[in-house]
Amino acid sequence: MEFLLIALAAILVNNVVLTRFLGICSFLGTTKKSQSAIGMSLALAFVLIFSGIISYSLYFYVLVPLELEFLRLVAFILVIASLVQFVEMFIKRYIPALYKSLGIYLPLITTNCVVLTVALDVAAVSGGVANYDFLTMVVYVVASAIGFGLVTILFSFIQERLANTPNMPKAFQGAASALLVAGLMAIAFIGFKGMI
Amino acid sequence: MKKSSIILDGAFKNNSTFILLLGLCPVLATTSGVSSALGMGLAMLAVIIVSNIVVSLIRKIIPNEIRIPVMIVIIATIVTVVEMLMKAYLPDLAANLGVYLSIIVVNCIIFARAESFALKNGVLDSFLDAIGTGLGFILSVLLLALAREVVGTGAIDFKSFISGESLYLLRIFPQQYAISIFVENSGAFIMLGLLVALISYLVPKIGGMKEKAAKAKAQKMLKPTLETEAK
Repeated sequence: MEFLLIALAAILVNNVVLTRFLGICSFLGTTKKSQSAIGMSLALAFVLIFSGIISYSLYFYVLVPLELEFLRLVAFILVIASLVQFVEMFIKRYIPALYKSLGIYLPLITTNCVVLTVALDVAAVSGGVANYDFLTMVVYVVASAIGFGLVTILFSFIQERLANTPNMPKAFQGAASALLVAGLMAIAFIGFKGMI
Repeated sequence: MKKSSIILDGAFKNNSTFILLLGLCPVLATTSGVSSALGMGLAMLAVIIVSNIVVSLIRKIIPNEIRIPVMIVIIATIVTVVEMLMKAYLPDLAANLGVYLSIIVVNCIIFARAESFALKNGVLDSFLDAIGTGLGFILSVLLLALAREVVGTGAIDFKSFISGESLYLLRIFPQQYAISIFVENSGAFIMLGLLVALISYLVPKIGGMKEKAAKAKAQKMLKPTLETEAK
């Protein structure tokens, strides 16, 4: 039950994109076509899950015992950058088809704020005790990845239809209309607040 | 290049928020009130000035292949220092900005300036570019925060950065006429969308054809940077 609550909260209630405004650049940048939105979400999920687990372990088993907590930003960003590099090499070597379809989105994940923020989230400590134990952390990380994917893919479907709208005022074409659509989606997601 | 045009270009012509649409996460997240927006803007200004200066100083000894990891570590170090200082001296502002202060590390504006300007120009020019870009960012977040707070609450609440108490409340119209959705999350997207539309409507009108041509050129120049640095 606890796992379900954490998952639902991360996917719907505190959605990374619509409620916490994270990863807006890739949210707006890769959603012109649903194909690239799906590719981006998959690549992000992959990196997010591994970086969450590695950052959590690094923080609580290395940085905290050595009393180097202030280094967490530098440490996490290096973990993420090298992980992205590693994932890129691995996929290129063993799953070339997937590598081709992900293209430019893979290296871009290094500077995606969802990844860094989720890593900082799982390393959060309140009153000397970690907010997440290992299992709840894994649930939270996976749910965050699903939350990003769900919203990004839904948004790309709307964007595809919006692109064919005739008579759209020139000033609203492109980013402005995309932001308005995101705002309407965020209003719809307010409805989930009562669930938990 | 003229010194004044470096600042003006960074602040207005290549305004990161409204023209280039870069680094929107903190713009959306910290603009529910004018006070927190100003705090975020000042933090960004501090980080971008130091990072531009440091990158420009060591630009000749960074090997080209590893310049991105080097810049990431420089920026992460600066942000850690700013975060620690803010937690010590402006605790309420630090609590308000929360994680958005830490994720300045992955903000594409700072990367874009370091990569496309500080790596190629001298220290003074890089400093001026940082001032221009930082001021452009502050003006943009203030504009968005002002629009959101006034429409959403009918007043502007100036808060102390240290204790979080309200210093002065400037009421513009009564609370019951305010549209409170604009200080909520969804209102951030809608207000930013409206302002982006307004600005892309006004820019060609004000600057005429000359401005338009310059903007197209700037966008063309920035496109490679956007592709590699956008998150």
